[in-house]
Amino acid sequence: MSRRDSYIGKPVERIEDLRFLRGRGQYVDDLKRDGMLHAAVVRSAFAHGRIVSIDTAPALALPGVHAVFTAADLGAKIPVIPVRSESQPSLDRVVQPVLAHGKVRYVGEPIALVVADTAAIAEDAADAVVVEIDPLPAVTDRASSEAGNALLFEESGTNKGATLTGVRGDADKAFAAADYVRRERFRVQRHTAVPMETRGLLAEWDAERERMTLTGAAKVPFFVRAVLAKMMGLPEHAVDAVETDIGGGFGARGEFYPEDFLIPFAARRLDRPVKWIEDRREHFLATTHAREVECELEIACRRDGVILALRGKAWSNIGAYIRPNGVTAPRNIAQMGPGPYRIPNVRMEVTILLSNKTPSGSYRGPGRFEIDFCRERLIDLAALDLGLDRGEMRRRNLLTDTEMPYPLPAVLPYGNSGELDSGDYRVTLDRCLAEIGWEKKAGLQGQLIDRRYHGLGVGCYVEGGATGPRENARMVLESDGMVTVYVGASAIGQGLETVFAQITADAFGIPIEHVKGVFHGSTTCVDEGFGSYGSRASVMGGSAILAAAENLKDVIRKAAGEQFGCPAADVEIIDGLRVVKAGNRQMTLVELSASGFSAEGTFASAKRTYSYGAHAAHVAVDPRTGQVDVLEYVAVEDVGRILNPNTLHGQTVGAIVQGLGGSLLEQLVYDEHGQLLTASLASYLLPNTVDYPNIRSISLELYPSPLNPLGAKGAGEGGIIPVGGVIANAVASALGSLGVQPFELPLSQPRVWQLIEEARSGVGRRPR
Amino acid sequence: MRTAFNVNGKPVSVDVEARLTLADCLRHNLGLTGTHVGCEHGVCGACTVIVDGQAVRSCLMLAVQTDGADVQTVESLSTGDALSPLQASFRRHHALQCGFCTPGMLMTAHALLIAEPDADEERIREALSGNLCRCTGYIGIIEAVLEARAAYPKRGKGRTP
Repeated sequence: MSRRDSYIGKPVERIEDLRFLRGRGQYVDDLKRDGMLHAAVVRSAFAHGRIVSIDTAPALALPGVHAVFTAADLGAKIPVIPVRSESQPSLDRVVQPVLAHGKVRYVGEPIALVVADTAAIAEDAADAVVVEIDPLPAVTDRASSEAGNALLFEESGTNKGATLTGVRGDADKAFAAADYVRRERFRVQRHTAVPMETRGLLAEWDAERERMTLTGAAKVPFFVRAVLAKMMGLPEHAVDAVETDIGGGFGARGEFYPEDFLIPFAARRLDRPVKWIEDRREHFLATTHAREVECELEIACRRDGVILALRGKAWSNIGAYIRPNGVTAPRNIAQMGPGPYRIPNVRMEVTILLSNKTPSGSYRGPGRFEIDFCRERLIDLAALDLGLDRGEMRRRNLLTDTEMPYPLPAVLPYGNSGELDSGDYRVTLDRCLAEIGWEKKAGLQGQLIDRRYHGLGVGCYVEGGATGPRENARMVLESDGMVTVYVGASAIGQGLETVFAQITADAFGIPIEHVKGVFHGSTTCVDEGFGSYGSRASVMGGSAILAAAENLKDVIRKAAGEQFGCPAADVEIIDGLRVVKAGNRQMTLVELSASGFSAEGTFASAKRTYSYGAHAAHVAVDPRTGQVDVLEYVAVEDVGRILNPNTLHGQTVGAIVQGLGGSLLEQLVYDEHGQLLTASLASYLLPNTVDYPNIRSISLELYPSPLNPLGAKGAGEGGIIPVGGVIANAVASALGSLGVQPFELPLSQPRVWQLIEEARSGVGRRPR
Repeated sequence: MRTAFNVNGKPVSVDVEARLTLADCLRHNLGLTGTHVGCEHGVCGACTVIVDGQAVRSCLMLAVQTDGADVQTVESLSTGDALSPLQASFRRHHALQCGFCTPGMLMTAHALLIAEPDADEERIREALSGNLCRCTGYIGIIEAVLEARAAYPKRGKGRTP
């Protein structure tokens, strides 16, 4: 095995790039089929109301329109979209029907589907559908949701979806005995993933074989297939969910949406291929939102800064329905309050509240970004009160390697907890403080230099990854010595094909060029797959590939043993994957089998890996405008084992910039009627090339994960998690002399200006 | 309406509705799906192509407006399997992940470097500020364009790569 690990750990250039750079990628809207029709969705213009009537006749009268489907066409029982993970009965009652019937509950909710010869005609016809809605008062914020004067689901008598509680030790007792306690209220704004490619689907019905193929599935194609098959009354094996190239996911794409049923339904009903491509405005209304939460968090410490307990309540405004992954963010808020710190006593109660807004789901670092912001702000305030250096206060509380594995709080009512796997969390903090020059720059804090206030911020995090339960891979060795890999993990633009080719090549000691293809995600690849979420794809898929490679070697050894008349264990596979040998006898694999070999492999793990790290920022705040400039941003992470430094580094920096967007720019703003005011890229501000040029990311491989054969840890989300807290801490440090303490994101220019003005005039202070 | 123009050096003639954007015409009428549509309101830059030497948002231009023009799309940057210096630099610097914004990034950068092969980092950042990328955080993109400058001839010298 002289070539062992020739590829893993190296900055191998991506295989995917060769097609993407030449315009040869194949995204769903690039597909064309004979006889293909185009769909457009009629969406609610009201946030809350009763549907009085739907007149489809004017749309049907337009030339080129084939059909307009409303809930009335779906039969007696309108399919509803199930919760994918961690549901409970109270949430199963607030799931979304694939088409609104009776009521609409958010602006953008699908009411009807129009199918026509072209996308343009379909859109014209969608505009021609007349929907009469009797408006009801809109529930938009925590107060109106809790008050319950208007109810989204009248029959349930409440807008409360569920309560999740994270528990460890006895928080109340610890608070009663503590030297120091402080409580603050925090708010994180609604914002979301906004991938550059909107969603899209192409559905094809094979009437003769009664088979449905849905192309454009992403993230969780096997879940999509299971749900779709059930809704359509088809056996699972009669449905395929196929992945194409995908223009970014970040958690939002691919979870079962109403269109995932509606487009196949139309294709089957009309017996024609049907395509639907979401437009950008529609994307803002129809694709999951994220992050909106209000949180009261309380910290209890000893005088020396040792944290004894965290206690709090949070209210997640999840919008009108629970999405398939809608529980993830609230449950992470309940569980991840302590983050990387040794906090023995925790009690965090998270209430899921409904409102007349777009349903929310996962966005990179779900719940973790939000609770990290609250905790890291609170630690800074405690350090300030206790007269401790903010870095030192963190250091005293970070977990060390001798404490691993360290149990996480249990989340009720589920009862699951899990544990942090490995690491010394002080190491990344120390390195990060050294890199930013924490001590050297301490004197800059609060200084007005060139009319801008300078400040430093730091924050720490852990990132859960390698989410289970399993992943499967299949491998085919053809007689020409080329290997093709099929895996259930899915690609959303993160470079999976390259990383899997590296792992495959190293598993056999073959040149990476001998990996002929890596096929992923689609239900046609393997019998069972799980997809890409919870920073799982590389670790789970990669470990499944290792298992399949070992099985493939066994298959070859067994076949050769039979030929040689010796035990399989005596057979060696040499010369890449070309020759088998036992004693002095050898033959080529082509001689052994003209048809090649294949094998499958599974990797199962119920335990998550935890990457960890620390970020620090140096900012300058212009008090005249409220503009926050990020002069320097440093991230230090330990990911256990680096599979490809290019793809890792790219994802970390990309996630940091997304986090900076969420901390400083991005905001989904609703008015009191539940109308989304920021449904375009002109009003929803994404970071661009000039905003954040000064970012450095340092990746370490100090503590491999003991949980998988690669030793790797999920690492696609960590970059975003601490950014809100780090930036807010830096802004507070800059504006310390004015007494400004931010408690809300985003720290947009107007908000920072307002905080400064309020501090100067001594009014308005923070919410308490 | 019939409109005729050159795409990547080849004359084309299409019969299109007046409301058809250049982006949709390239993608759906001419099968050049390398040009991507990300917002249809001129903000994201994914649909950028070069029309008569200028980087243009093809979602904000009607197909009929290109009558008689020279249009270059991402498909023109390299021939066969080889990457152009700009494309190779993007690959080397890991300047792309999902690849959706990439054609627009390449075309904006290509137009810039033809006109200003000496563009400094600030100028490159400014010129690319109308091209949004949600994956990379832009650092690799800027590094890639900076490095690719070497392959673009100074004004009046040599051929365009």
